[in-house]
Amino acid sequence: MKKKIIDIDQVRYIAHLARLDLSPQEEEKFTHQLERILSYVEKLQELDTKDIPPTSHVLAVNNVFREDELSFSLSSQEALSNAPSRKDSYFKVPKIVG
Amino acid sequence: MNIIPELPANKIIKLLKRKEISVEEIVLAQFKRIDEVEDKVKAFISLNKEEAINEAKMWDKKIHEDKKIPPLCGIPIAIKDNICVKNEKTTCGSRILENFSPPYSATVIDKVKNAGCIIIGKTNMDEFAMGSSTENSSFYVTRNPWNPETIPGGSSGGSAASVASGEVTLALGSDTGGSIRQPAALCGIVGMKPTYGRVSRYGLVAFASSLDQIGPLTKDVTDCALLLQVISGKDNKDSTSIDRPVPKYLEYLIPDLQGIKVGLPKEYFVTGIEKEVKESVLQAAKVLEDLGAKVEETSLPHTEYAVATYYLIATAEASSNLARYDGVKYGYRTKEKTNMIDMYKKTRKEGFGDEVKRRIMLGTYVLSKGYYENYYGKALRVRTLIKRDFEKAFEKFDVLLTPTSPTVAFKIGEKIDDPLKMYLSDIFTISANLAGIPGISIPCGFGQNNLPVGLQILGRPFEEETILRVAYAYEQSTEWRKRKPEI
Repeated sequence: MKKKIIDIDQVRYIAHLARLDLSPQEEEKFTHQLERILSYVEKLQELDTKDIPPTSHVLAVNNVFREDELSFSLSSQEALSNAPSRKDSYFKVPKIVG
Repeated sequence: MNIIPELPANKIIKLLKRKEISVEEIVLAQFKRIDEVEDKVKAFISLNKEEAINEAKMWDKKIHEDKKIPPLCGIPIAIKDNICVKNEKTTCGSRILENFSPPYSATVIDKVKNAGCIIIGKTNMDEFAMGSSTENSSFYVTRNPWNPETIPGGSSGGSAASVASGEVTLALGSDTGGSIRQPAALCGIVGMKPTYGRVSRYGLVAFASSLDQIGPLTKDVTDCALLLQVISGKDNKDSTSIDRPVPKYLEYLIPDLQGIKVGLPKEYFVTGIEKEVKESVLQAAKVLEDLGAKVEETSLPHTEYAVATYYLIATAEASSNLARYDGVKYGYRTKEKTNMIDMYKKTRKEGFGDEVKRRIMLGTYVLSKGYYENYYGKALRVRTLIKRDFEKAFEKFDVLLTPTSPTVAFKIGEKIDDPLKMYLSDIFTISANLAGIPGISIPCGFGQNNLPVGLQILGRPFEEETILRVAYAYEQSTEWRKRKPEI
């Protein structure tokens, strides 16, 4: 049998990195589905890309600058208007430092 | 007024200019149509009736006073629910943004409003635009107006279904891997993905930032040109929008194709394509020849690697873009009392749907230490090869002709449990996003179960006018656009 590309421990580790809490069923399912998808994308290894530069962006634009001028921006009240929890002009979060 | 839901914007504009109809009548006719069919179609997430009628009255007053009116004055438009409209719910089809009302509008929203369009509502979509069927919406499945048992395509399925069913005249969607063109094809309407950088992405909720582009979904090619004209152009708020003159697109709509060279990439006519789809597209190529175009076979040799390349790049970018949904600044937060890291994890567990989680997982994996070069890095290099294929083809050809989708609309539920099968339904549309080139889908016939077939026309970067010219000439010499679904 072909060696597996991804196992359930890796799926748990990736979920932690992605800050996702997965149920045991989801861990099983994603292990299986990611295995299938990753096997499919293996076909890219058929291509020799040693001398091919990467394209991360299709347009040849570099360093788009603008003048540092005062202009419109959101007020702090507007920026906070969708916060699930807030206090005065701050976002409120669970306690971080003990 | 019963004919309004059937008319394209360019015909409604004429009625309005001759004062044969008022803007209020147009808007009321659309809401009447929505009342009649929305239960069956489920295209909208939210409707904007009261404000739409108020705006209509405002335009009627200006028309009555013979004031100068903008080009799309009084034309009803639907907006995909991942495009921000100030103080209106913008959900992205996701629980995590169910109650999100952005404090600003996207640039395209300012542009369509300044052009006189009236926003009718926000349309349903696959959650965060991740999907090809609109089944991944957190709220409900949108139905294809041609057959309610089938999907409307996706991710802009709500926008496509709302136009196809006559609920609205125009719609905006977004296209990351085919999300405008594929639903347009499956719903029998016109949909265009402009060149990357032609239209500002400011205010479009990001999925894969190097691929995303906003574009029109319309009843005919003329409307597509009208709406593209309005939304195109450089925007200082989007540093990837490009400062190039916007041509007067309507001037290119001529029913003649003398001097146009059309390429048929042979890789788009192989396995997995339905017979009727292939025949309709080859028949369309003959029509273009009759109109004066020169048609020849060509090759895009790296086509078979496009789906793999796309799902590595798009998920990598998505995993990074969606890190912002952390339950702190906006959107849903878990109700459980817990520590900070656990709050993030539970918020994202409860807020995201299955496909979004899967793509975040895949994207995080391909960017992680030890795997980056083999997956993401490799995909970026293959992306170069795919882009070069197009550059070479466009040295010889003005446009390329392909099917938009290998099949007509499939049944609800058919592919939802098999992510890879679903991904492969984008096989003909994703290359254009990887290469950044523009593409349109227009109706070119009917296939299995009498469902619409879409013809895709791809062009050189920033040559939307050539694509529109070919699309228009074809449309005018055929009758497909006149057939409407019976709902």
